[in-house]
Amino acid sequence: MSLAQQLGRPAAVGATRRRPVGRTTVLLVALAALGGAAVLSVAIGVRTVGWHDIAAGVAGHPDSVGAAAVAKRLPRTVLAVIVGGALGLAGAVMQGVTRNPLADPALLGVTSGSALAVVCGIAFFGLTAPSSYLVVAILGAALAAAVVYAIGSLGRGGHTPLKLALAGAACTAAFSSLVSAVLLPRIDVMNQFRFWQIGGVGGADWDRIAMVAPLLTAALLVGLSSARGLDALALGDDAAAALGVRVGRTRVHAGLAAIVLCGSATAVAGPIGFVGLVVPHLCRLLVGSAHRWLLPLSVLVGALLLTLADVLGRVLTRPAELDVGIVTAVLGAPFFIALVRRTAGRAR
Amino acid sequence: MSTLPVALVGGRRRRASRRRRMLALLGLLVALAFAASLMIGHTLYGPVDVIRVIVGQDVPGASFTVGDLRLPRAALGLLAGVAFGMGGVTFQTMLRNPLAAPDVIGISSGASAAGVFGIVVLGLSGPAVSLVAVVAALGVALLIYVLAWRDGVVGSRLVLIGIGVAAMLDSVVSWVLVRASQWDLQAAMRWLTGSLNAASWELVVPLLVVLLFAVPVLLAQARPLELLQLGDDAAAALGVRVERTRLIVIVSAVLLIACATAAAGPIAFVAFLSGPIAARSVGPGTSLLVPAGLVGALVVLSADQLGQWALGTRYPVGVITGALGAPFLVYLLARTHRSGGSL
Repeated sequence: MSLAQQLGRPAAVGATRRRPVGRTTVLLVALAALGGAAVLSVAIGVRTVGWHDIAAGVAGHPDSVGAAAVAKRLPRTVLAVIVGGALGLAGAVMQGVTRNPLADPALLGVTSGSALAVVCGIAFFGLTAPSSYLVVAILGAALAAAVVYAIGSLGRGGHTPLKLALAGAACTAAFSSLVSAVLLPRIDVMNQFRFWQIGGVGGADWDRIAMVAPLLTAALLVGLSSARGLDALALGDDAAAALGVRVGRTRVHAGLAAIVLCGSATAVAGPIGFVGLVVPHLCRLLVGSAHRWLLPLSVLVGALLLTLADVLGRVLTRPAELDVGIVTAVLGAPFFIALVRRTAGRAR
Repeated sequence: MSTLPVALVGGRRRRASRRRRMLALLGLLVALAFAASLMIGHTLYGPVDVIRVIVGQDVPGASFTVGDLRLPRAALGLLAGVAFGMGGVTFQTMLRNPLAAPDVIGISSGASAAGVFGIVVLGLSGPAVSLVAVVAALGVALLIYVLAWRDGVVGSRLVLIGIGVAAMLDSVVSWVLVRASQWDLQAAMRWLTGSLNAASWELVVPLLVVLLFAVPVLLAQARPLELLQLGDDAAAALGVRVERTRLIVIVSAVLLIACATAAAGPIAFVAFLSGPIAARSVGPGTSLLVPAGLVGALVVLSADQLGQWALGTRYPVGVITGALGAPFLVYLLARTHRSGGSL
């Protein structure tokens, strides 16, 4: 059984398999867990605060240091939820579009592409407004995705997980050395950039969230609406076409949604790896591979995972903070390795 | 020999003579680049002055500039280039995949992460850093090998697992760098891009010792390594002790890569590009170890000159090799995929 077949198990099989819990229940539990994680994220941090501080901070009139700290955690939590949801959905859609279980925005070089674009924008075009970062980051993500996909698809047999992952790793290496070539002579930009590069939600504020929210909502809707098309694509291009799905158009729609999602997530929070990889696989275990269930659950679980990773990063190395990008990389890489061991061995 | 068709013998001769010519040319170019990096700088010194410094005479001015600054730098570039080139091509040959270079599959990242951690967190310096980097790189190589093992090691699985490990280690490097004070930042950037700026005899001598040990070992294994490309079973049938050869080769290549990384940082793409460039220049059918080492040295020395003097800012060598290597990499990926072949 090839990798593609393993991933793209037809929806019908998923639907007929008996499940211990209903899929609606799973969605509701995920939503409740996300709510719980958000509460944790507001309550737990480097500074230990009491209930009074939390209430005051959330209500918006911070009268103590603790309450002020809580008030700063609010936008951070919201940003973690938004970015995590976006990355989770982007990963699920990318894995569906490329029919590749190892697809992840960071591994495929998309996030480093937007990093390069942002750095070039700051250094050469004098961009200063965060809203212009957003546009540039999305353009960079789109360009990088196109390049990696094109390189990975060359040759006999189109793209395989290995070719795509290698093309992604190679392009990531290329992009990051270009980033340092641009950065090194400009130490002020470098100092500012190194915090962005690592991926974090610590610097969140409401302005940035308001800036990115409309775009993310639109991409979210487009992404979710591509569920039917992705289900058909999982059967193979010919079968999908026979079912009346416009293969090319579905790919472009869903792919664009994924690029906008991870490009804007990267623009506000820096490159965060492995969320897009891990989340869809976890969700597939829970609800099967029918995309109308998989996609919404990926949003919820992505948000849950990133919020928890952020909380973990605050608690682990008190009083310093571990940026969320590092937490996800350290937690996600073993998962990736396990996945490779499980699947890529039999395929060749 | 006499029974072989004339065309076959002729082809063999032609290839052998092309190989000899290209090797001589590469050697000459490396020597030229080495000499150029001794002579060219803020002050130009003629060959006579340089030779007098090397044989130990006291030349006003040149003794310090050439003897203490340029000579260690050029020596470090030369040795690191050879180490990266040979180590890289060993991995590429063994795994039958030009993309399976140590800088892609996480071995350089392991050395980097340990180096940065040693400097910034543990406050180490000098040979201790090299030692930590070597131990970590060997550990990472072992880890990747063990993780990729399931009824034998498949090259593609090893590469993918290496990519995962590299991603994790790179995040460790960035974490340590964020913790670093701004004063350490420039120094620590060496561990991200690779640079010869810190060159000194203390860095050169350990690297030289390791090269003197590891290069002969690798060269002795050149033939079995070539045969391994035919596949494990065929190689075993031809009398290669597969696992033993692989172990020796991996350990020596990792030693080369780790020590070079400890001394000069992970100079981007040198390990990755030397093999394919060497294969293009000397032609097929021969061991690529020596030509790849020469190409590595040539690339590092000339990129360092370029980075120091050709552009407005003084760039570390890794940035130049990275920027020059990226387009070549894309070309190589495209070509490899189209032909479906290896090096």
